[in-house]
Formats: sequence, structure tokens, C-alpha cells
Amino acid sequence: MSDVAASNTTKDKRMRFDIKTAGPAIALILLCIIGFLLNPAFLSEGNLTNLLTRSAFIGIIAVGATFVITAGGIDLSVGSMAAAIAGVMIIIMNSAMETLGPGMATVLLGGGCSILLGLGAGWINGVLTTKGKIEAFIVTLGTMGIYRSLVTYFADGGTLSLDFAIRGTYRPVYYGSILGLPAPVWVFIAVSICGWFLMNRTAFGRYCTAIGSNESVAKYSAIKVDRIKTMTYVIQGLCVSLATIIYVPRLGSASASTGVMWELEAIAAVIIGGTVLKGGYGRIGGTILGALILTTIGNILNFTDLISNYLNGTMQGLIIIIAVWLQRGDWGKAKATKS
Amino acid sequence: MLDGAIESVSVLKADHISKSFGAVPVLFSVSMDIRPGEVHALIGENGAGKSTLMKILSGFHAPTSGRILFDGVEVVLPPDGEAEKMGIVLIHQELNLAEQMTVEENIFLGRELTSRGILQRDVMREKVRGYLSDIGVDISPSARISELSIAEKQMVEVAKAISRNARVLIMDEPTAVLTEAETELFFRQVERLKSKGVAIVFVSHKLSEVKQIADRVTILRDGQWIGSQEAIALTPDAMAQMMVGRELSDLYPPMNEADVDAQRVLEVRNLCVKGIQDVSFDLRKGEILGFSGLIGSGRTAVFEAICGLAPIESGQILIDGVETRFDSVAASRDAGLAYLTKDRKAKGLLLNKQMRPNLTLFSLPKFTRRFGLDTGAEDKALERAIRRFDIRTRDPKIIVGDMSGGNQQKLLLAKVMESEPRIVIIDEPTRGIDVGTKQQIYHFIAALAAEGVSVVIISSEMPEIIGISHRVVVMREGQVMGVLSGDEINENEIVRYAAGLKRESRG
Repeated sequence: MSDVAASNTTKDKRMRFDIKTAGPAIALILLCIIGFLLNPAFLSEGNLTNLLTRSAFIGIIAVGATFVITAGGIDLSVGSMAAAIAGVMIIIMNSAMETLGPGMATVLLGGGCSILLGLGAGWINGVLTTKGKIEAFIVTLGTMGIYRSLVTYFADGGTLSLDFAIRGTYRPVYYGSILGLPAPVWVFIAVSICGWFLMNRTAFGRYCTAIGSNESVAKYSAIKVDRIKTMTYVIQGLCVSLATIIYVPRLGSASASTGVMWELEAIAAVIIGGTVLKGGYGRIGGTILGALILTTIGNILNFTDLISNYLNGTMQGLIIIIAVWLQRGDWGKAKATKS
Repeated sequence: MLDGAIESVSVLKADHISKSFGAVPVLFSVSMDIRPGEVHALIGENGAGKSTLMKILSGFHAPTSGRILFDGVEVVLPPDGEAEKMGIVLIHQELNLAEQMTVEENIFLGRELTSRGILQRDVMREKVRGYLSDIGVDISPSARISELSIAEKQMVEVAKAISRNARVLIMDEPTAVLTEAETELFFRQVERLKSKGVAIVFVSHKLSEVKQIADRVTILRDGQWIGSQEAIALTPDAMAQMMVGRELSDLYPPMNEADVDAQRVLEVRNLCVKGIQDVSFDLRKGEILGFSGLIGSGRTAVFEAICGLAPIESGQILIDGVETRFDSVAASRDAGLAYLTKDRKAKGLLLNKQMRPNLTLFSLPKFTRRFGLDTGAEDKALERAIRRFDIRTRDPKIIVGDMSGGNQQKLLLAKVMESEPRIVIIDEPTRGIDVGTKQQIYHFIAALAAEGVSVVIISSEMPEIIGISHRVVVMREGQVMGVLSGDEINENEIVRYAAGLKRESRG
């Protein structure tokens, strides 16, 4: 290809890139305007902090999912994993109360176990896909079923409740706020910053992109493909455990319905944010916006009578399809087939 | 020449075809006429424009200017293989068959015979049997493609072309991956097709084959039409002369005498890998060691195993006299060993990324500062590489997939050299690139060796091996047949070893 033609295509590609990068942000602003027009209370401080807090769970999990998807994988097990971790956390904290009392020690123990479980569960997903050479879709579909049934089994078909004495100590992790922002939002911010740095400023992030882009090239470029891919699942597990830690004090319980559909919301947030599902291109910033967009839709539906709140899933589904359809225009190289 | 007369006998004719990709011209007013029942060889160096011409003749590319005449009538060939319906079939070098489907299913793919929506499997199977016996091959219609050898797959492609009533069959290096016996069988099929009036165009680098099978020969050089002549009037030497058109010695840099007493940096003893038996050789400091042999003779496998890309069954590898075994590419890189793949698009470069991440990918740890990447250092490295390797792009942010093959190859070379290896293995250093870039790459390799880097060149292009190597290892069927040096390095000798006619006795 000629240098001239090539630089031209790069130029208009870059212009498209800008639209693409700005797309999720524009969508979010539009949603906010719509929300405000439908009900001015949408922009009240109370509603906005509520919205951000709600976004935190999906957002944190979606940051992890961005790594997995960028490296060409997929993790369907995150929702069940969150439920199982929540269940085990509650059991551990309830039984630790007798020896440690209802204080911080018990909550820290619960949190520590959550992180270990998350790392372990992610590692299992990673090793099964890389060393076991089973497709990520299958592995995580399997673990999704396993974790979901485990939490049902632990709860004996019902609900696992956290002891009320511990709830008092644990409560601020969800309900407390620092400098006017709720604690979960701070965790979300911290995870986002770490995720952004890891993706855009470290060799690890570059390796994830390279693997998702072309695994053979990565292998021939001295990248330890299996190790990096496993790491993405471990990061995903860590994110799930962090989300679970801030989720448990919200209701103080876990049941078979905890975290249902989280995997789809997390993947949707990633895709809406502009990360390519088949890997090779990941945007943490977009993922964060994607999570905010998904929560905002639900929030607006809650706020107005225009569309039934039961249709939340429909709206989310439509947004996902539209988002990907819009991206298609950017990614598909219109007729520019290479010789 | 009377144009009218030729048009009346030619089935397909390219008339003053030019083609540019963007601003880069690759064909300059090339003409070629193809007559029914002839075998027409298209020869030329890599980058001469043969593939482009074939793709234009089969409709995959549209010419920038010039006419295509089909049965004497000017036509615009439909794109994307639609020209098959007109009887013009191109068989790609990387065959185009669905591996998991059967022979019968492949041959009728896209035009299955049905009766009220139900597949008529029996009818199709009978027909396929007919096509296969037509060309005299013994393959079961129900065999899966993945179970067939490459030669058999090629025959299925030919059968597929016959089933489409091909009048013009265009084949891109059909014999490149065939053994001698398979080539003979293939030629017999070609003769049969020819007797049926099918016109056959084929590209080959094996000039003796061209002499044997072709009726006429068209020669291209650097995108220019050099001539079309009766094959009977040409010797392989004359063909080569017309292809190259200049003294070959210009192409290769003057060779430094190899220092026979230089220390051995790499010694391989009795290496066994899957498909490789008992390979031994050594490489000295500052030496250029060529690896020759037919495609599939195991040259790549040897070095992929040494660099930790494939498991080793047994044998010893010594680096600077110390026994080593690399379990990862990273480990071999850290020891100063680098392997440059021949498959630059699938294994070498991230085609959808820019140059910078590609350049530093192999040696990224070098660009890490504390926790983060040092993008400033990456930018400087890119500037340096562009200068050192003469990578010609207007925009350093160009997507690598949009670059020319030559620039991609230079970038790949730059990527591997960024790790500052002491031993570099370059697999097919000039595959699919133009002559000018080739020359640059040869000079670069010679300069590297002069600096004391040891270089292994794996190449299927004989002149290249002969032109730049100090010594040449010839492999055949996973074994080393001999090591040549000095005056022994000539085409004749290499071919005799590669074909198994001669074998060095082991001392």
C-alpha cells in the first residue's frame, strides 16, 4: 500500500477513533439530560450519589472483565462467583463471631477470605483455560453453574444472613461516606485508576492487548501467554471479591438470587465502553462509562412512569445492541480489503 | 503481431494492464494472452508482480488501467472469485478448502445439488468420483480434507476446478509443496486437462519444471513485461537471465571471510524434536550460516525448538559452550537468542496496531521503568529504528497492516534487533518483498555479521542462500544431509543434498 493512501486512511481512522472514544461519554451526557428533563430530581445530590454507588458493583467487576476480554477471553462466572463468595464470607464471619466477637477483626477476616476466594476462583478459571486448553466460554459457563449451586447449597435453598451484631460494624463499608462520597464510590475510583494504569501504562496491559490481538504474534514475541491470560482471570477474581466486600453489608445476606445477571451487565459495560469483544483493544475509561450508562438507564426508568421499570432489561439489551452496532461502523474496514 | 489474430485464438487476454496499490505501481502495462489447451508459465522474482497479475486475470483485483479480453470480448471480471462462473478458476497457494468437510462436500460447496431442498448426496458422490477418475487420482469422495496430504488437497482443488467447467485454470506455485513423485503425478493431470482444451497458467520458481511442462513462458520483472516466448526456445538459464535482468552479484554484499577460529557461540548436538532426527551443527561468532532444503524439511522446527517455542525430545544445546535448554521464548531472548518468524502476518506483527507497540513488544522489559512503560524511550527507539532500517512511511502512526510487505519486514527485523541479540535466526528474510528491499536486508545482515553477531538464515530461495552464507547446512526430511562451505556452496551441490542424492558421511 502506498504511503500516501495509508496515511490518509490512518488520518480518518483517527478521526473516527475520536468519535468512538467520545461516544460513550456523549451517550451518558444525553441520558443525564433526558433524565433531568423527565424529572429534575434526577440531578439531585441524593440521586447522583445513589447512582454512583449502584454503579460501583458492576463497574468494579467490569474493570476486571476489561482485562479478560482484551486478552481475548471471557468470564461468565462473575455473578455466581460473587454470590458464592458472599455466602462463604457470611458463613465465615458468623462462625468467627464466637471467638473474635462482632468487631473489626471479624469483618477483616471476612474481607481477607473474600479476596483469597476471588483470587483462587480467578486462578482456577485461568488455569483451566490456559493449561487445560478449554475454551474460556466453556470453563466459565461450568464454574458459573458450580458457584451458583454452591451458594444455593450453603443457604440450603434459602438465605444466608449476616449476624446482626456484625452488620453494625460492617455497615459503613456500604453506607458510610468519606468527603461526601459513599465508600463504594471510593473503591470504584481506586479500582478504576489502578485498572487504567495497569492497562495503559504497564507492560502487562500491552501484553493483554497483544495476546487479544494475535496470540501467535504474542507467543513469538517472548510473551508468556498462559501466564498473562491466567493473570487476567485472577484480576477479574480480585475485582469480584472487592465488589462482594462492598455488596455484602448492603443487604447483609446472600442467596441464590445474589449477583444474578451480573456477568451480562459487566460484559455489557465493557462492550458499551468500546472494548472489542474478540480482544486486542481495551478501554478502561470506556468500561467505567459503560457501567454508569447501564445504571443510569435503570435509574431513569425508576424515576419516571414513561416505561415500566420491569422493562429495564429490555432497555439495557437495546443499548448494548445499539452500542455494538455503532462500533461496527468504526471497526469494519469498509471495502478496504488488503491485497 | 496481428492483434486480431491473437484475440481470436486466446481465451483470456490481458492487454496493457497496469495496477497500482495506492500510489505504488506494481504492474506497468503488462500483456499476456492465454490460449486454450496450453500450459502457460508465469515466472519472475518475488515482487515482480506475478501474484497481482494472476489476481487481475481471475477478477480478485481490478486493473488500474488496461483491458481484459475473454473470448476476444472486453470484459470486467466480477470480483471475489465470481469469475469462476465464467470458467476462470484461481487456485491459491494456500489452498482454499474447508478442512473439516469431505472431498465431496468441498467440491460442491456453494452449489450443492438438491431436489426439493434435500441434498442429492448420491448424485454428487457419483459426479465427484467421475471428476477424480478424470484426473486419475485415487481419493475417496467421503474422505475428510484434514486427512489428506497437501498433494491430495491440491488434486481436490483441481477436481473442484474441473467440476466448474474451468476453461482457464490459474495456479499459484502448485508444485512448491510437492515432492518429486507428487509433482510427476501432478504434471500428468495437467497434461490431461490440457488435452481437454483447458488453458493452464501456473507460477513456478522451479525453472527446470517450467521447461518440462510449459508450452509458453511469460516473464515479469519489477512489474514490467519482459517477454512471452515459446518454452522450447528457452533454457532455464536464459529464463533466469530474463527474470533477473542484471548481474546477481549486485544484489548481495561483498562477503567478509569467515573467521574459522572464532569461538562457537551455538552448538547443537543430536537434537531430536517432533519430525526432526539427530540434528547437529555449530555456529561461530560473526558467521552467517545458511539453512537450505525443501519446504517441510524441518529447518524451522529445529530453531523453534531451540528458542523455546516447541518441546525438545532429546539432544544438547550449548551456548558459549554451556549446556542450556530454554523453556520459554523470553528465556532464549534473555540469553541473546532471537528468532524472526517467516510468517510475518500471522506470527510476526500485530497488523491492527501501530509501529511503536510492535517494535517494542519483543523486548518490552527493556522499556519498563519502575512500574510503568517508558513511552518516551519507546518513541526514541522507533525513531532510531526508522532511520537504521530505512522504514519508509509518511506517518509514524500508520497501522502496520497498511504498510507494504517490505516495510513490514524491516519493522519485524527492527523488532527482533531491539533485543540486541548475539545470535539471530532469520527465517525467510525476504519472503514476498521487492528486490530493492531485499538488497537492503542482505546488506544489513552482512553488516550485522561484521559486527560479530552470528546469523542463521533459513531460506528456500537458493540464490539468497548462496549469495550471503559463509556455510550452508542442507536438510531433508528432518535430517541434516550435509554442511557445505567455500566452493561447495553452489546450486548443483545443494540440490543434490536436498533431494537426497548425496549425503555427508558422519565423522
